[in-house]
Amino acid sequence: MEQRAGKALLKASGLTKRFGDILANDSVDLTINEGEIHALLGENGAGKSTLVKMFYGSLEADAGSIEWSGEPVSIGNPAMARQLGIGMVFQHFSLFEALTVVENIALALPKPGNMSALSARIKEVSEDYGLPLDPADIVADLPVGIRQRIEIVRCLLQEPKLIIMDEPTSVLTPQEADRLFVTLKRLASEGCAVLYISHRLEEVKQICHHATILRHGKVVAECDPTKETAKSLAQLMVGSAVHLVNRSTSATKTGDVRLELIGLESPAQTPFGTSLQAIDLDVFAGEVVAIAGVAGNGQGELFDVISGEVRVKSDMLMIDGESAGRLNINERRQRNCAFVPEERLGHGAVPGMKLSKNIILTRHTTGEGIVQAGFVSDRRAAELEKKVQSEFDVRMSQPDPDAKSLSGGNLQKFVVGRELDRQPGVLVVNQPTWGVDAGAAALIRQGLIELAHSGSAVLVISQDLDEIFEIADRIAVISRGQLSDAEPVEEMTREKVGLLMAGGAEKHAPMTEGAA
Amino acid sequence: MFEAILLTVITAATPLLIAAIGELVVERSGVLNLGVEGMMIMGAVVGFGVAHHTGSGFLAVIAAILAGMLMSALFGVFVVYLATNQVATGLALTILGLGVSGMIGESFIGIPGMRLPELYIPGLTELPFIGPVLFSHDGVVYAGFALVFLTSYVLFRTRMGLILRAVGDNHTSAHALGYSVLKIRFLAVLFGGACAGLAGGYMSLAYTPQWVENMIAGRGWIALALVVFASWLPWRVVAGAYLFGAVTVLTFHAQAIGVTIPSQFLSSLPYLATVVVLVIISSNRRLTLVNTPACLGKTFIPDR
Amino acid sequence: MRIELVKRKNSSTTMAVLSPVIAVILTLISGAILFAIAGKDPIHGLYLFFIQPLTDSWSIQELIVKATPLVLIACGLAVCYLSNNWNIGAEGQFIFGALCGSFLPILFPDFDNWLTLPLMLVFGTLGGALWGLIPGVLKTRFNTNEILTSLMLVYVASLLLDYLVRGPWRDPDGYNFPESRIFSDSATMPLIDGRLSVSCLVAVAVVIVLALMLSKSLKGFEIRVMGESPRAGGFSGFSQKGLTLFSFAIAGGLAGLAGTMEVSSSLNQLLPSISPGYGFTAIIVAFLGRLNPIGILIAGLVLSLSYIGGESVQASMGISSKIASVIQGLLLCYVLVCDTFVLYQIRIVSTLRSGAQKEASDV
Repeated sequence: MEQRAGKALLKASGLTKRFGDILANDSVDLTINEGEIHALLGENGAGKSTLVKMFYGSLEADAGSIEWSGEPVSIGNPAMARQLGIGMVFQHFSLFEALTVVENIALALPKPGNMSALSARIKEVSEDYGLPLDPADIVADLPVGIRQRIEIVRCLLQEPKLIIMDEPTSVLTPQEADRLFVTLKRLASEGCAVLYISHRLEEVKQICHHATILRHGKVVAECDPTKETAKSLAQLMVGSAVHLVNRSTSATKTGDVRLELIGLESPAQTPFGTSLQAIDLDVFAGEVVAIAGVAGNGQGELFDVISGEVRVKSDMLMIDGESAGRLNINERRQRNCAFVPEERLGHGAVPGMKLSKNIILTRHTTGEGIVQAGFVSDRRAAELEKKVQSEFDVRMSQPDPDAKSLSGGNLQKFVVGRELDRQPGVLVVNQPTWGVDAGAAALIRQGLIELAHSGSAVLVISQDLDEIFEIADRIAVISRGQLSDAEPVEEMTREKVGLLMAGGAEKHAPMTEGAA
Repeated sequence: MFEAILLTVITAATPLLIAAIGELVVERSGVLNLGVEGMMIMGAVVGFGVAHHTGSGFLAVIAAILAGMLMSALFGVFVVYLATNQVATGLALTILGLGVSGMIGESFIGIPGMRLPELYIPGLTELPFIGPVLFSHDGVVYAGFALVFLTSYVLFRTRMGLILRAVGDNHTSAHALGYSVLKIRFLAVLFGGACAGLAGGYMSLAYTPQWVENMIAGRGWIALALVVFASWLPWRVVAGAYLFGAVTVLTFHAQAIGVTIPSQFLSSLPYLATVVVLVIISSNRRLTLVNTPACLGKTFIPDR
Repeated sequence: MRIELVKRKNSSTTMAVLSPVIAVILTLISGAILFAIAGKDPIHGLYLFFIQPLTDSWSIQELIVKATPLVLIACGLAVCYLSNNWNIGAEGQFIFGALCGSFLPILFPDFDNWLTLPLMLVFGTLGGALWGLIPGVLKTRFNTNEILTSLMLVYVASLLLDYLVRGPWRDPDGYNFPESRIFSDSATMPLIDGRLSVSCLVAVAVVIVLALMLSKSLKGFEIRVMGESPRAGGFSGFSQKGLTLFSFAIAGGLAGLAGTMEVSSSLNQLLPSISPGYGFTAIIVAFLGRLNPIGILIAGLVLSLSYIGGESVQASMGISSKIASVIQGLLLCYVLVCDTFVLYQIRIVSTLRSGAQKEASDV
């Protein structure tokens, strides 16, 4: 092992955590030094979140011990963790939407003191670190980037010795991420340690001093990421040759327009939703068009409008040259469209229902014999379920399980496979591989590309720029409900996409307040 | 006459006010307790019984509060710790309360009750008009106002209230920050039970000092509606409770002054008014969405 | 030591079948305790409450007569609850349905032919559906909480009944008693035997139709999907508002039918009170029957037994018949707790935190 600077701050030995049959962490050893930015790498499901939740006291280890500055400690709850000087920035933020910024921060401090003094301190600290906040804002009105700032400032106010960050850049534009890295480097130089969880290898190489790699709950390697290549890190994470999507660009030849959005507008459906404004987009047969953007900029709303869950004016949306804005989702499916929403559980699939029931969800009106005279044919549904399962390698521990018992990757293969199996002419997918392991992600991406090559139009909405550059023929960017022109992938760079994500292509004044 | 009407409005509004304030706190923590009616009727029967046996109004009020709390503790164990369906458990609580109170109260039927004494406040009670209307009530009426003031202060000015609102807004985050969601919710449920018990006791000790089976007559449900009406803000509960108190009282007086509408129509007015008010409030989508505790009615099971 | 709930990976089918049985057993134990508290012999009390009513044919007929409205109402409520519509106002729908079903024989006693009864049943069903649709429409149109509105309408309906029976619909030859005229033969349900009328056959038919609808039809699928995950239901192209109206109409209609059959077979006239709380007890029936029509058929008989048992212990032991209501409330509580164990298992964790091995035992 290479020499590392600083004293050991947190030393975990033999940490083990089991959830039912799954060994989430198997005797994990990890040492974080003072002033070190320490990367924790691993695939989805490798056990990273479980491990840090034990450091933060929100999960209890089944076995193993933790030393803090050389003293053995037992971190029974998050308040104890904070008392030791451990702060955490959650991946799915732990914020209260109905409360103000200052109330949110007060909730995480042991002695917040009076609110106006705290507000003043928040202003001071947040500006000092280049993360300005208005303490009186209600969180529900704020975009994700600002919400993350609240979490970070909340940690900083506790003067932590260790900050744990779980996938912090997944909600940021590349430029915002760069600004975060400046903050992290400054913290490290002030002696604060950072445990940085990510699967974005380039940024790990860029800012981290040391990396621990988890696979299937075990530590499989430790290294100095600056001395590794992204590819070697990826191989350590996945444990085998990295899957690469096979995209023969020469085969891409665009045909007719299959999906067309013309000046599409739609008001916000909820008080905190985003309205869509004057969106124009063509998706041609044979191509994959990707829409990039930071979460919460209207992706969900755009998906709902294209799928027909929210209706628009008839001429705003055309399918194969015919007006379709007023059609409902099943009428659109009957016109050979298919849709995969962002949320697998609860939107794309019913958690407590068997897969053979979930198959009915999107295919009961597509004329495949599932429903006859108002009655469901369980036999036919089971046939289709088996077909999707074998074609898309959906792995399950028992035949025909409830949707909720599948892993994220397997369920995503099922909900995407359920649509691909129909060979739709138009496929719209929101976040096709969010939270999915590398193997499943590669299989899904390959499926999307092959569908496009067979003459379908594929529209992918994604926050993952790596994914977008891997599979898209053209890229558009959504920002505050407005969409930039789709440009060929060869003409796009990450920097350009980043600027567009930050609002560079907005033609209209934003209609939602507070999205500064 | 006018004085008398105002007085009866206050007595009619007080039980609604107290029960609704309790339920407001429960709902702010994210729990929907539909068993208010059942807890109130238990407060009513136990309060009446203790007053009858001891002759002490004070003990009777304390007993009514404890009865409500006991019922809410049962509800709390089921809903908070055993994660049962909140709507159905609340209904079960009401059915249970109606049954148990009926059994306990069978021997009380027809016995004359005891009315809580009015507090005499030197200097204030003698004032003309204001004195009789505002300063000649039993202690529970003042306790009701004190409750509103305290609840409002605690909810919005103290850390305890902040934590309670946080738990009702997002239990997952509150848990992640280390707050004991279940404990906080259970305590809120107990508070709601105490208030409902007090409100029920007021019914059988002051509003109509006697025991009649099923004497709460839907007031627990109206209190639930008042919380929605008040969009979860304590001072608006006062407005709602007095509005409903006034409607109830007017139905009595309408008959007295010779309005010829059948009594059943007048009696149904509070219920119809509840429906109308609910419709008006809920049709304002933004208002309800912004103020409704986001976790209301959702069960939470911590992972550890 | 700490007790915690752990989500089961797949919900337990064994517990799903066992849970109502366990709930009934727990209720029996609680019932015994109740009798003991009241100073009576618990075993004898339980015998009088639960067994004796099953020993003679009169009681068995009575059991079926009382189970009929419970089963009908609960079937409709099951549709509501499965689709996440909290209709708790079936009592009001029952009463309003009975009113709509009775206006024919009360106001038009001369219209007395073979059409009378079928028309009464149709009007009763439509009336109940209409009353049920009020909270449904308010929910879909104004987003109003259906729990509270449906319940408020119970009070309104029973006051309306009270008004009619004491006022315009009072029997002109009834010596000022608050009751309507007695229905003629062509306005009453045909009897099978003793007090038993064809009403119970109607209930069984409804159970079969609903069981088929819920388990086999696309509508049944829609109801389940919407109940568990409205977002997924919308993605499947189902309309949440449409289903809300549908389920309120079904529940109200069945309650109205039950109400009409109750007045036209058991009572043969309208009285100020026509239901001992069937609409509320049916909520317990629906849950005890696990929202499944066949289960509801059995649960209806169990709850009906609690009414008769209550009367039985009142007559023989001098205990308040209110004990029936206590037992019903407890039963619902137990059913709900047992349902928790279908989805979760209990884990007992020792909280000795030494970082050492934690002992965990799964139940």
